[in-house]
Amino acid sequence: MRHFDLEMNDLKKKLVDMASLVQEMIKISVDEIVKRDESLSKEVFIREREANLTEIIVDDTCLKLIALNQPVGADLRFITSAMKINSDLERMGDEAVNICEIGLNLLKYPELKPLIDIPKMASAVTIMVKDSIESFNLSDAELANTVLTKDDEVDELKRIVFKDLLQFMTNTSDQTTLSRAVDLMLIAKSLERLGDHATNIAEDVIFMVHGKDIRHIKSI
Amino acid sequence: MDIIEIKNLNLFYTNFHAIKDVNMKIKANKITALIGPSGCGKSTLLRTLNRINDTIEGVRIEGDVIVNGKNIYDPDADVDRIRRNVGMVFQRPNPFPLSIYNNVAFGLQINRLVSRKDETDFIVKESLEDVQLWDDLKDKLKMSGLELSLEQQQRLCIARLIAVKPEIILLDEPCSSLDPMATAHIEELMQELKSKYTIVIVTHNMQQAARISDETGYMLLGKLIEFDATGKIFTNPSKQETDDYVSGRFG
Repeated sequence: MRHFDLEMNDLKKKLVDMASLVQEMIKISVDEIVKRDESLSKEVFIREREANLTEIIVDDTCLKLIALNQPVGADLRFITSAMKINSDLERMGDEAVNICEIGLNLLKYPELKPLIDIPKMASAVTIMVKDSIESFNLSDAELANTVLTKDDEVDELKRIVFKDLLQFMTNTSDQTTLSRAVDLMLIAKSLERLGDHATNIAEDVIFMVHGKDIRHIKSI
Repeated sequence: MDIIEIKNLNLFYTNFHAIKDVNMKIKANKITALIGPSGCGKSTLLRTLNRINDTIEGVRIEGDVIVNGKNIYDPDADVDRIRRNVGMVFQRPNPFPLSIYNNVAFGLQINRLVSRKDETDFIVKESLEDVQLWDDLKDKLKMSGLELSLEQQQRLCIARLIAVKPEIILLDEPCSSLDPMATAHIEELMQELKSKYTIVIVTHNMQQAARISDETGYMLLGKLIEFDATGKIFTNPSKQETDDYVSGRFG
């Protein structure tokens, strides 16, 4: 195998490792809220530092690969996609941290209501994240396509969560109830953003495999 | 607008089939690059565009090369006129052992394209200006062309060629004997020249093809595997063989 191919494989491994880390962060942050265990937040914060460091290392690796090898064709698409996926993964880590921090505030008070749709959202988003990374790892554009479809499901769940919480808010003037409802909305928003980042990754994978840019097709 | 159309072109060196069924259209005032591994036929294809291959013994050519609507392989085609219209620059600069002035004026004089000295003076000046040599050499026109640097010699060869007012310039690895800085200067010159001329270049340097050309053809074993916009060839080629070559996995 050429030295360049070894370096490309190493880049792929770094990104897949970072994706595992981010997947853990998402799972732990959701567990913190569902299991009402604030001690889990520490685990997320520790991993965030690692994710931030990996983002810098991956970007540096990509820049060196471009500068020293002048890649073209599939190699160029792989590296530019890797840079974008890297940025999406880091922001997914940030969303997990957001969920955790809001969770810490939320856990100071009793449960507003049993959580039903938020765990459903979390589970759909987890599948999207897993599949988007798997599609990158296997260069599987078909799997990437399934992620795009799943995003509609997450958006619909977010709509339901918002609707339910708005109902709570209109029926109360209690400050803590309002504050907990807003926190749950922010968590739903963060989960939706996670789905959007997974969608971005899936779009990058389709570009990487087929050289076809499918972003914003409906709006342009 | 297409200035050259190659139709079903085949070329044989005695029994060796060097160009196989090539079809391509070359656009006017664009730079078209031909890339491919050694021996793939890219220089041979380039040489079919001004019938320089005719001078090689045992060469047989089938198919058409239509330049401006006229097949240059028609029996009644005027080969001298074709070669004036489609000039060629080679790997190593090959100025004549004459003065700079006479190098540029050579084609004009031998073809009796001008009769008056002031006309020749004007075209020599214009040609040297086009290759950005005039300012440096206007006071040294009697100096031998062989005393110039390699880059200046290559520019002089291009000036000699454009003095006879061609429409098309063929360049066969024009930078292979030049250092990186001189290469950059010649590449810049090509970009300047394309507003007036159509340029077809054969290069081993893929980055050079990517930098300067508008369209790129990839050749392998005598066949034109893929011909498309350079941006497409180097980001998302249609054929796997092209991707393997441009990414350095083959050839």
